[in-house]
Amino acid sequence: MEIAPKEEILLPVKPGFIALSLFSAFLLDLLPLGSFIEWIRPDFVAMLLLYWCIHQPLRVGIGTAWVFGILVDVADGTLFGEHALAYSLMAFIALVLRRRVSMLSLDHQFTHVTLILLIMQAVVVLTGFVAKDIFVGWAYFLGSLTAGLLWPGLTYLLKLPQRPKPDPDRI
Amino acid sequence: MEHELFSRGPSPAVRLTFFILLSLLLLVSDVHYSYLKTMRAGIATAIYPLQRIAMLPVELLGAIGDYTRTQSSLIKENAFLQKQNLEDRAALLRYRAIQQENDHLRQLFGARARINTPSVMAEILYDERDPFSRKIIVDKGLQAHVAEGSAVIDNAGVIGQVLQAYPFSSEISLITDKDHPTPVEVLRNGLRAIVFGFGSSNLLDLKYMSLNTDIRAGDLLVTSGLDGTFPAGLPVATVLTVDRNPVYAFSRITCKPVAGVNRYRQVLILAPGSPPPPIPVAKPEPPPAKGKK
Repeated sequence: MEIAPKEEILLPVKPGFIALSLFSAFLLDLLPLGSFIEWIRPDFVAMLLLYWCIHQPLRVGIGTAWVFGILVDVADGTLFGEHALAYSLMAFIALVLRRRVSMLSLDHQFTHVTLILLIMQAVVVLTGFVAKDIFVGWAYFLGSLTAGLLWPGLTYLLKLPQRPKPDPDRI
Repeated sequence: MEHELFSRGPSPAVRLTFFILLSLLLLVSDVHYSYLKTMRAGIATAIYPLQRIAMLPVELLGAIGDYTRTQSSLIKENAFLQKQNLEDRAALLRYRAIQQENDHLRQLFGARARINTPSVMAEILYDERDPFSRKIIVDKGLQAHVAEGSAVIDNAGVIGQVLQAYPFSSEISLITDKDHPTPVEVLRNGLRAIVFGFGSSNLLDLKYMSLNTDIRAGDLLVTSGLDGTFPAGLPVATVLTVDRNPVYAFSRITCKPVAGVNRYRQVLILAPGSPPPPIPVAKPEPPPAKGKK
């Protein structure tokens, strides 16, 4: 496997930025969209939680994922604890695999991220199936593919505030 | 303990187990009991401002659309509305006359006059994203005296009923939600039945009708009012197909809801009527006297 070309030296993340990004993702998830986009819409909250679990495991972990899962459950009207369960499991997988994933180049991260998100969605579907005896259909999983495709963009965006400003004294 | 200096609390596996158990506890209590309603209502109130913010772009687009609408389309719409108004007026006059006649007849029969149920107008905030259920969220809640169990209708017919009322919003479960029962009767012949939602599609299922039942495609189903939730006589659905396959014990009847949940933003929430009197219970027969000679 190819390894990321070079390790960048980044500034520390501000905790406020993490919180802001998570709440913006939650807002994006609440945004009412047309039915077509609804199917391919990635779960932004899950993506952000995954990103921060991989890059800031001391700040964002299973507990944060669980709390946001509860928020999503209430906002979506799903069973209490359905997304909380899936998100905390996803956070655990991310914590276990985080060194491996952060070493990979962005195009290899795609497979890992998509797989982790698919596992998360499978937990949601399974919970729904057991509790309410409904299967949603395979199109539901398209959201994870979109999320995987958006991952490099998201990584670039979230790393922007961490990039050191060019030193004015340097020639 | 060499790692004590870098202690970070319990290990991820322990944390995961804790949170999984907590989620399972919540799931089970949510499916089987209703302890968590207040907690859910509290969180729903807390995220209500966020939901309103998320609605802003949509409202803004709507406002821009209103602003840039051309005059010709307005004139066209105005003409259409005037025509509609005239037709509706005529229909209303007929309706009033019939209602008067009906009141009179009811008085003659000594029947209880039907009370006009008070209602609340509400706007659909959004469809829930949960693919497992068919629910919508509207912007009126306990503040507007919305009660749980109230019927929800639009201008064409029944949409669903209020599942949960939060302070500023309420959750409405649609009649197309999986296994949501609605007591109906066939308008043509007064046959009583119950329609159930399919859940996945936007259709309804008329269950437990024997093969020789007098029902045809195109029949209109209206609420029978037998459950005390829906007032009687509201249109619910039209029969799409009737499949009489002698292999099954019952006919398979598919119906299409009359109300357009996906077409309009406004709905009407009817206050629940008075509950029906309790079902009379047959008195147990007194034990036969012993030692009868």
